[in-house]
Amino acid sequence: MRRIWAVAPALLVSGSLALAGCSTIGEDGGGSDGASSPDRVVLVTHDSFSLPKPLQRKFEEQSGYDLVVRGSGDAGILTNKLVLTKDDPLGDVAFGVDNTFASRALDAGVFAPYDASLPAGADQYRLAGDDDHELTPIDNASVCVNVDDTWFASHDLAPPKTLDDLADPRYRDLFVTPGAATSSPGMAFLLTTVAAYGEDGWQDYWSRLMANGTRLVDGWSQAYEVDFTQGGGKGDRPIVLSYDSSPAFTVADGTSTTSALLDTCFRQVEYAGVLAGAANPQGAEALVDFLLTPEVQAALPDSMYVFPVDASVPLPKEWASFAKQPTDPYAVDPADISAHRDEWLREWSDVTSR
Amino acid sequence: MLTLAHLTVEYDGAPAVVDASLALEDGHVLAVLGPSGSGKSTLLRAVAGLEPAAAGSISWDGHDLAGVPTHRRGFALMFQDGQLFGHLTVARNVGYALRLRRTPNAAARVRELLALVGLEGYEDRLPATLSGGERQRVALARSLAVQPRLLLLDEPLSALDAGLRERLATDLRDILRAAGTTALMVTHDQDEAFTVADRLAVMRDGRIVQQGDIAEVWRAPADPETALFLGYARVLSGPRAGALLRAAGLREAPAVAVRRSALVVADRGPLSGTVVSGRVTPELIRLVVDVDGIGELDAVARLDTHPGAGDRVALVVDASRLAVTPAGH
Amino acid sequence: MRRALALAALAAVPLAVLGVFFVLPVLGMVSEGFWTDGRFDPAAVLEVLGRPRVHRVVWFTVWSASAGTALSLLLGVPAAHLLHRRRFPGRRVLRAVLLVPFVLPTVVVGVAFRELIGEAGPLGFLGLDGSAAAIVAGLVFFNVAVVIRAVGAAWESLDPRPAEAAAALGASPAHVFRTVTLPMLRPAIMSAASVVFLFCATAFGVVLTLGGLRYSSVETEIYLLTTNLLDLQAAAALSIVQLVAITSLLVVTSRLRAVPDPTLARSTARPPRVSRADWPGLLATGLVVVLVGLPVAALVAGSLQVGDGYGLANYRALDTVGSRSALLVPVTDALVTSLRTAVDATWMSLSLGLLVAVVVTRRSRSRTERRARGLLDGLFMLPLGVSAVTLGFGFLITLDRPPVDFRDSLLLVPIAQALVALPLVVRTLAPVLGGVDDRQRQAAASLGAGPLRAFLTVDLPAMWKPLLAAAGFAFAVSLGEFGATSFLAREDHPTLPIVIYHLIGHPGAMNYGMALAASVVLAGTTALVMLLVERLRVPSVGSF
Repeated sequence: MRRIWAVAPALLVSGSLALAGCSTIGEDGGGSDGASSPDRVVLVTHDSFSLPKPLQRKFEEQSGYDLVVRGSGDAGILTNKLVLTKDDPLGDVAFGVDNTFASRALDAGVFAPYDASLPAGADQYRLAGDDDHELTPIDNASVCVNVDDTWFASHDLAPPKTLDDLADPRYRDLFVTPGAATSSPGMAFLLTTVAAYGEDGWQDYWSRLMANGTRLVDGWSQAYEVDFTQGGGKGDRPIVLSYDSSPAFTVADGTSTTSALLDTCFRQVEYAGVLAGAANPQGAEALVDFLLTPEVQAALPDSMYVFPVDASVPLPKEWASFAKQPTDPYAVDPADISAHRDEWLREWSDVTSR
Repeated sequence: MLTLAHLTVEYDGAPAVVDASLALEDGHVLAVLGPSGSGKSTLLRAVAGLEPAAAGSISWDGHDLAGVPTHRRGFALMFQDGQLFGHLTVARNVGYALRLRRTPNAAARVRELLALVGLEGYEDRLPATLSGGERQRVALARSLAVQPRLLLLDEPLSALDAGLRERLATDLRDILRAAGTTALMVTHDQDEAFTVADRLAVMRDGRIVQQGDIAEVWRAPADPETALFLGYARVLSGPRAGALLRAAGLREAPAVAVRRSALVVADRGPLSGTVVSGRVTPELIRLVVDVDGIGELDAVARLDTHPGAGDRVALVVDASRLAVTPAGH
Repeated sequence: MRRALALAALAAVPLAVLGVFFVLPVLGMVSEGFWTDGRFDPAAVLEVLGRPRVHRVVWFTVWSASAGTALSLLLGVPAAHLLHRRRFPGRRVLRAVLLVPFVLPTVVVGVAFRELIGEAGPLGFLGLDGSAAAIVAGLVFFNVAVVIRAVGAAWESLDPRPAEAAAALGASPAHVFRTVTLPMLRPAIMSAASVVFLFCATAFGVVLTLGGLRYSSVETEIYLLTTNLLDLQAAAALSIVQLVAITSLLVVTSRLRAVPDPTLARSTARPPRVSRADWPGLLATGLVVVLVGLPVAALVAGSLQVGDGYGLANYRALDTVGSRSALLVPVTDALVTSLRTAVDATWMSLSLGLLVAVVVTRRSRSRTERRARGLLDGLFMLPLGVSAVTLGFGFLITLDRPPVDFRDSLLLVPIAQALVALPLVVRTLAPVLGGVDDRQRQAAASLGAGPLRAFLTVDLPAMWKPLLAAAGFAFAVSLGEFGATSFLAREDHPTLPIVIYHLIGHPGAMNYGMALAASVVLAGTTALVMLLVERLRVPSVGSF
């Protein structure tokens, strides 16, 4: 019996822990279905979405709606979630579908048309083929090959400049990139090569890349943080696939140790859109408009590592100095991406697996 | 009063108890005696409500007990190995049912019960510190605590060694008598049954082959197998039975069961034979004798006689150690 | 009839939870693949099974999981002997530490492993990076502790007398092991092997991170097909392959396990000291310590690295949101969320696991009943064998309307984690409940105790330690769970593994260091929980 009395406190403790807030129960607050309430806006997004708290509060004050954010997974997962739940949407508005996945969402009829008025310079980011204006461009970032300038300086080697250079034996065993099948920048790089070498030529380029000792890893973090010489893990590869903004994060003593090769870029544009069947379409439109306001646009580089679509907002100091955007990035028609993604990925897997 | 009417219990599709009918009057102690695998434990478990009846009924004072769960039957069950709750002290074990019923003065009642089973002062001991016999006494006290309508005893003494078993059997009888408890006990040990019970039912292959007053059953086993199980050494039939019965001065019958001590070596007697083998025990000498006209039988001789193999001896028959039975197959 | 009803009533709650949060979503996802454009089209799914790539993927999954399981057994069984049958200082701590990998997020382990075996790493000369051998090593890293724990627990309580008798008859130690000990350990080894195989066959991050993308397992393929290509037919086909394979695995192992459980003969003998004859155990334990220790050491070293020197800055930064606010909430908040979620997941999996364990261990009256209980036992193992991405998408498309309108509920995360922990909880509790003499309950019932009271009197005292131990398991599993959580967790309530994933995915040296520091905190918390469990341990703990 003594032992029963030893159990009782244990049960009591765990019970009271659960009740006294050491539990997630009771935090749901209000109705559980995000889309059913007209006094709030539910934003469905990916796990990289981040907006400073004061800005979120500002939106709530201005619009009178509570903002609820539901974010998980990457852009691909987000798109597929939206497609699979289009009959009963997860929220009112979505942010984060990019130009490599947008066609799939448009084809499935995920979004409702909303023609937001775009800030200066944003028009160039509109999705080709989106004639009904279902998607509104919010930000962009280009996937570019990055190099460690200090490494090349200390090895008395000129850094590569073009895609072809990466297959040059002088740069043997120096390049690391996330794979197209498992990573969104990896996919963008595959599309870069498709655009650069044509639908029938990119396979040969990839064979040469692989023959030149290119290392494939599963995600951006692995490539940049583990294998790149300027990453957190102090790796051994001075050439890495990353973003045009990355050099702004390797600033030491007033200069960046890395630079992006602006002739190797593919531009990713992220869109927002009102979901078809939204419970609060007005709120959704208000949020799309809000994302285009100068304050949000100006906050994007710091909170999400992307460039604003509004050309008039000032960039942070380090970005202004070190994050150069490509002027003429490679592009592939979204409809083509949608039609060939499966086929290209399969061919890519065949070329890259030895 | 417990009544079993045509009770059949199946275990995994196979019948374990077949068409058993029994009646147990209040205040009596019934022993169900049978070899292992005879279905006696299943019968007990069915009465306890632990096994469902496939056919027939179990009733108490005329009320059918089908559908009454174990804990509502008011029958206490005592296991072979006591099954005391190891984490509870002796007092808490004994008082378990009293606490369930919120009986006032439980502590006094526990003391009283422990005194009844001869374990005064054991209140605070844990079961692990008790001997086998003490544990069974605690189990008995625990079962008696609530004055059950019926006490079910499953081989209550067979886990104990011989000397202890004998002593505890006597104690058990006295305790049950003193408490006026109605009890149903299953056992495979005739001595235990004979000591504790006043009624006896014999089970074999799932059937009750005989029941009645214990002495009666002993005197007249229903068939040769029963006789052998009840401790008779041999069963004779036909002319051999006739010869023995005549020598005992009894009426002839088709078969007779013979206890091991039914023939006694004497200076002279109605039978004679040749000693085949002998074995000395502390109290007497046990012999196997080839009896003229009957064949090999067991016999006893006093310690001061010294019959050896091959010796001729005369034998008298103790008629009280014979039991006339219906002929075997 | 009454018994059947009672059985059904007890099983109802866990079955309902499993039905709503597992069967329904998985069926929903699989049927998406079978219905194309509103038309039932099984041919398209079957066609997928004929693809050479699918054959390659299935074959790789089978052999890598088999190799991972075999190696885990080869290292784990001798190490279990040393850690559970021999006495030496620090063995409790060692046992707890060896369980840490089990709950580390794969992304962190991937980083740690690659820092070791990458071309620039101290073990780079081995050329393991991106090889199948690295994948198998990773699988062993994660799972060897499961073998050690499960087999060790059984070994600890094994009756030593048969082995002593065999030795007295002249059998050599090797002979004794082969003819006496091994057969007695078979049930424990088989059930450990089946769980490890399940974990290996459904491993996700390890295959991607360590295989350098050259290898695809069924699990990674389902992920790719679902999240990237939205090829739901192929995903459905592979999910079915997975379910069929796992079901048959469970059937086979339950057969092999079905021998009288020798662990019931409990021994309490004090284990002897380590001697020279224990060299196989010493060797295996040494290898395991190296295998587990090196990546963990690399992790700790990385977390202490600040610039070119060492310091605690990464740890001090844990109450911030990272450089350039990489996170919405500070790491410390995520730790709190993780702990609170784990409390929920723990009580959920404990209550469900307790019910399941009670149902599957009660004595069966008929063959049908026994079958039903066996089926139930296997059913609750299935969540281990289904891709988190299938489950995650399934939640979204099936739990969207009343009465099962849960997809926005905060409770979805702990529920999903509870389902993952459930098999471990059941495997911890069931042997104890099965070992309780049924006659104890009958004795209580005959004294007038109802079923609940009898449970409190008889089962609970026998079970309170394993219950607490199972709670530790569930807690640790919940702390480390990433797959399902990353899918279901809300932006504003991330758990620690998710935050680590975020940090490591954002540029900036400080974020990387913080990710490693947060991983060390997660590992430390886990080790602490496991150490507490260890102090409470009973022979059956972890004998799944």
